[in-house]
Amino acid sequence: MKLTLRIWRQASPEAKGKMQKYVLDDVEPDMSFLEMLDVLNEKLVIDGKDPVSFDHDCREGICGSCGMVINGNAHGPQQYTTTCQLHMRHFDDGDTIDIEPWRARAFPVVKDLVVDRSALDEIIKSGGYISVNTGSAPEAHAIPVDKVSADDAFDAATCIGCGACVAACPNGSSMLFTAAKVTHLGLLPQGQPERQSRAVNMLTRQDELDFGGCTNVGACHEVCPKGIPLATIAQLNHDVLGATLTGARSD
Amino acid sequence: MVITPQRNIVSRTWGTSVGKKSVIAVTGAIFLLYVTAHMLGNLKVFFGIESFDAYAQHLREIGEAIVGYEGVLWIARVVLLSSLVLHMWAAFSLWYKAKRARPVGYQHRQRWEGSYAARTMRWGGVIIALFLVWHILDLTTGTVNPLPGESSAYTKLVASFDRWYVSLFYILAVVALGFHIRHGLWSAIQTFGANSAMKQNALKTFAFVVAAVITIGFAVVPLAVMTGLVR
Repeated sequence: MKLTLRIWRQASPEAKGKMQKYVLDDVEPDMSFLEMLDVLNEKLVIDGKDPVSFDHDCREGICGSCGMVINGNAHGPQQYTTTCQLHMRHFDDGDTIDIEPWRARAFPVVKDLVVDRSALDEIIKSGGYISVNTGSAPEAHAIPVDKVSADDAFDAATCIGCGACVAACPNGSSMLFTAAKVTHLGLLPQGQPERQSRAVNMLTRQDELDFGGCTNVGACHEVCPKGIPLATIAQLNHDVLGATLTGARSD
Repeated sequence: MVITPQRNIVSRTWGTSVGKKSVIAVTGAIFLLYVTAHMLGNLKVFFGIESFDAYAQHLREIGEAIVGYEGVLWIARVVLLSSLVLHMWAAFSLWYKAKRARPVGYQHRQRWEGSYAARTMRWGGVIIALFLVWHILDLTTGTVNPLPGESSAYTKLVASFDRWYVSLFYILAVVALGFHIRHGLWSAIQTFGANSAMKQNALKTFAFVVAAVITIGFAVVPLAVMTGLVR
């Protein structure tokens, strides 16, 4: 396959970036998208040029590191797929592919396609946990969990924190991420003691971190590689409004 | 003794993005109830001039013994206007926040993700607001109506819709209103936390049906005038 790539190149956070054009002649349809970029980078290194920086780690769709906007879609054209699991057979010979980093004020570009996603860690720090004494694991059957809650909590827990929801959201909001954490922990018995303060604190932190506000557009769910349901956002809203109405202390 | 400073419920709600959304949702629900009643009232035009004008007169006399002539109308106007201020204030504040959240946009235009209705809420809302100004000047104050102020409500309506461009603007505005309700009603239910993965499609269908009924209910009036069904 012959492909023309237009990739966002930016040397440093302060540098002015631009789209740079590259032509690859020998792309195999069975390559993953990242392998295709590896081939490009090998060529760039041989030519003595700066390779394209991009985040990646597990390359099996579970770590959430690889993230890039491909032809305007976070993680590319295939649904429920991270960039590393996207294969070149989904593109045609002669295609031009635009590759850009996640765009959000909360995700500043570090270099090329690498953005700093530590804002998501800040949201987790504000409440994405349960407070228990660690030690040996408790007996799994000691606390019963009904099947529906277990399933819904698990669906939410599959969030890998890749940030595609933010990248796709027309408001630049991380609502689906925050909602996934709040739903995951809030539906399980172990998450109950901090349920209300968690929802309020995580939302407040998200608002402080230059993320936009959710308007239920639903683009986040469409690009989410894990298909986190939009209903998790309703769960977050429910817990936040419940906490507000009952006057739960949060500050 | 340690006293933890606590913010009151109003500043806490207004302070978060979800709080602002719930303000939009509550005021939106007030508008939805109003436009439903307004739409049903408009349909009286099909029962003739007496029926329509008697209805218009009745609106001024409801509860006259308690709140005086036009009292209920003025209460409704005050409630609607304050709701409008809150609705727009919260919406513009989220619009500003969204603009701030993505200072550098994408080079490759994004595919149309999310619903069309959801992505046209802001400009659609602006269109509806501009229409409201015209609509009030036309049929409430009569400033831009071809007939003098003391004419009957029915004849003013017919005279107004006899101008094709007014009918066209009206129909465009109610279509924009339909899109607004289509996303707004579903979004409000989601904001109040009543959505679930199981109910989502049903709720979206419900919002679509309500939006379609209201749009058609409003649009048939200018269409009837233009086709000569209502004279």
